[in-house]
Amino acid sequence: MSAPLLVPLASDVGNPTVNILIFALFVAATLAIVIRASRNNKTAADYYAAGRNFTGPQNGIAISGDYLSAASFLGIAGAIATNGYDGFLYSIGFLVAWLVALLLVAELIRNTGRFTMADVLSFRLKERPVRMAAAISTLGVCFFYLLAQMAGAGGLVALLLGIHSRAGQNLVIAVVGLIMITYVLVGGMKGTTWVQIIKAVLLVIGAGVMTLWVLAKYSFNLSSLLGAAVDKSPAAGERLLDPGLQYGATGISKLDFISLALALVLGTAGLPHVLTRFYTVPTSKEARRSVTWAIWIIGIFYLFTLVLGYGAAALVGPDVIRAAPGKANSAAPLLAFELGGELLLGLISAVAFATILAVVAGLTITASTSFAHDIYGSVIKKGQLSGTGEVKVARITVLVIGVVAIVGGIFANGQNIAFLVALAFAVAASANLPTILYSLFWRRFNTRGALWSIYGGLGSAIILIAFSPVVSGKTDAKTGASLSMITDAGIDFHWFPLDNPGIVSIPLAFVLGWLGTVTSREGTNVDKFAEMEVRSLTGAGAEKAVKH
Amino acid sequence: MSETRRADGDPELTTYRDVQLSPDFSELRRRFRRFVFPMTGLFLAWYFLYVLLADYAHDFMSQRVFGNINVALLFGLGQFVSTFAITMIYVRWANREIDPPAAQMRELIEGVDQ
Repeated sequence: MSAPLLVPLASDVGNPTVNILIFALFVAATLAIVIRASRNNKTAADYYAAGRNFTGPQNGIAISGDYLSAASFLGIAGAIATNGYDGFLYSIGFLVAWLVALLLVAELIRNTGRFTMADVLSFRLKERPVRMAAAISTLGVCFFYLLAQMAGAGGLVALLLGIHSRAGQNLVIAVVGLIMITYVLVGGMKGTTWVQIIKAVLLVIGAGVMTLWVLAKYSFNLSSLLGAAVDKSPAAGERLLDPGLQYGATGISKLDFISLALALVLGTAGLPHVLTRFYTVPTSKEARRSVTWAIWIIGIFYLFTLVLGYGAAALVGPDVIRAAPGKANSAAPLLAFELGGELLLGLISAVAFATILAVVAGLTITASTSFAHDIYGSVIKKGQLSGTGEVKVARITVLVIGVVAIVGGIFANGQNIAFLVALAFAVAASANLPTILYSLFWRRFNTRGALWSIYGGLGSAIILIAFSPVVSGKTDAKTGASLSMITDAGIDFHWFPLDNPGIVSIPLAFVLGWLGTVTSREGTNVDKFAEMEVRSLTGAGAEKAVKH
Repeated sequence: MSETRRADGDPELTTYRDVQLSPDFSELRRRFRRFVFPMTGLFLAWYFLYVLLADYAHDFMSQRVFGNINVALLFGLGQFVSTFAITMIYVRWANREIDPPAAQMRELIEGVDQ
């Protein structure tokens, strides 16, 4: 507000009262549904896995709601609007990744585990160390993902509610955190799932309407839309449509593109909050149907983002977007305002908030389940705790995670969302995926292999991020201002040249899993391996749905 | 959890180990792996072909095919088409080739009443 000339139109688009009203309506409606849905929550399986009673299509929609985070909606649209074709890689990587989940992971995980990813990883290995490692990496991935969502919440309010002071934004982040805690505490997995279903429907309809609207302005001719986007982007020009605008500059940045591509395609099947969603359906066949539904919804949504991104470039213009308070993340809301004025902006911002809320709730229930079931119930109490005792611990953990999310969100406020999520994907692909695949498909795999792979993948990914330009030492070539997380441009301790660690940490974790296994003398537990293999493929002995 | 859980459906197949070593199960596993492993290799190769071209073959990808539609955009959309296609092919295949033998084996292990 102190520099109105720098933010021409964008500082106060829309009517904050309308935005808040629509958002409050969404919260009230979903809370009512959550309370209704939670009346049947009795056992641990109800709280953690919604009694395994959701159908494939319902779960598929909920998976889309869990997966299409603020990064997908705001981040990708913004990346395409400002960086053109290079932003499209996010859409493609995030989608193709689902084939890994569909072909190799979803059904087998559903048949083998109960509540958490650690159930599967520790199935046939030494239980306590492996479960501990899997739980730690679950918490790590959830933390990174959570940070991204909360950062998005902060950036969004700046634009949508006209709150420009840092303290005001922090207050809104705290409110988002509190609403999320309420959903999860009251509703458990069932309530969370319904929030995600409602949100997914609203998000896809909202994005679909905007997509048709944009296309209609160009008489449904994609080529003329692209042409208009080029005309409105004097800096990039024709290069907006070609690959390389963002990543093509140097050999290092090209390597970064490959690293990002690798993390995106291998990350999804290692995301703990996606894996736990497979436990909410009764059988592996329903898990398969879930993924199929999710792939269609997610794929169609990402096709929308292509139109929305170039639409924002054509109708709003990259310069206006970059100057707006939320920067690239505000491309989609600004486009909504351009198309449908205050009301559409209000609706779309409510949808964006709902998106953040639902994803944060999904992450929180996954992280708290893992802490209560894996760390507290299995490792500390050695399985002596009753299901209800575990759920009590899970509920307390929700409160702790809620506070961590609020504090983390306040610190990460203003960071690029799609980017932070890509880091969470890199951590998931390094720490979780190798061990998941090895324990499902490699007979000889053993405890040392699992521990080396999980801790090695997690550790290397986080260390490389800490010493990458993301955290320190990246400066704007023109202004000299810092583009890193540490805003003081004078502090620079980075030695790893890439933004995304995937190209190093993912292969490293695979190699460590192999090396640990072949150097250990521990033999295969043939009986447990037999049970795991037979269960995973046939579903015999798999956890059944809860009957009420 | 005990070390060896007994499967209580068929008296001939008393443990998971017996089931795992049976020819029917070997056939099921072979059939599953012979589909999903090559398919995974295929879509990963196709994906990284796209990534490498977008990264290192700018001139090729920037050629206009018609209007403002260039090769890169068609390649990108091709990834969507292949993902949808592989999903449909896999689901049809699994419903037909995997579900019936898996269900049969499950009944054998758990008993029909489950």
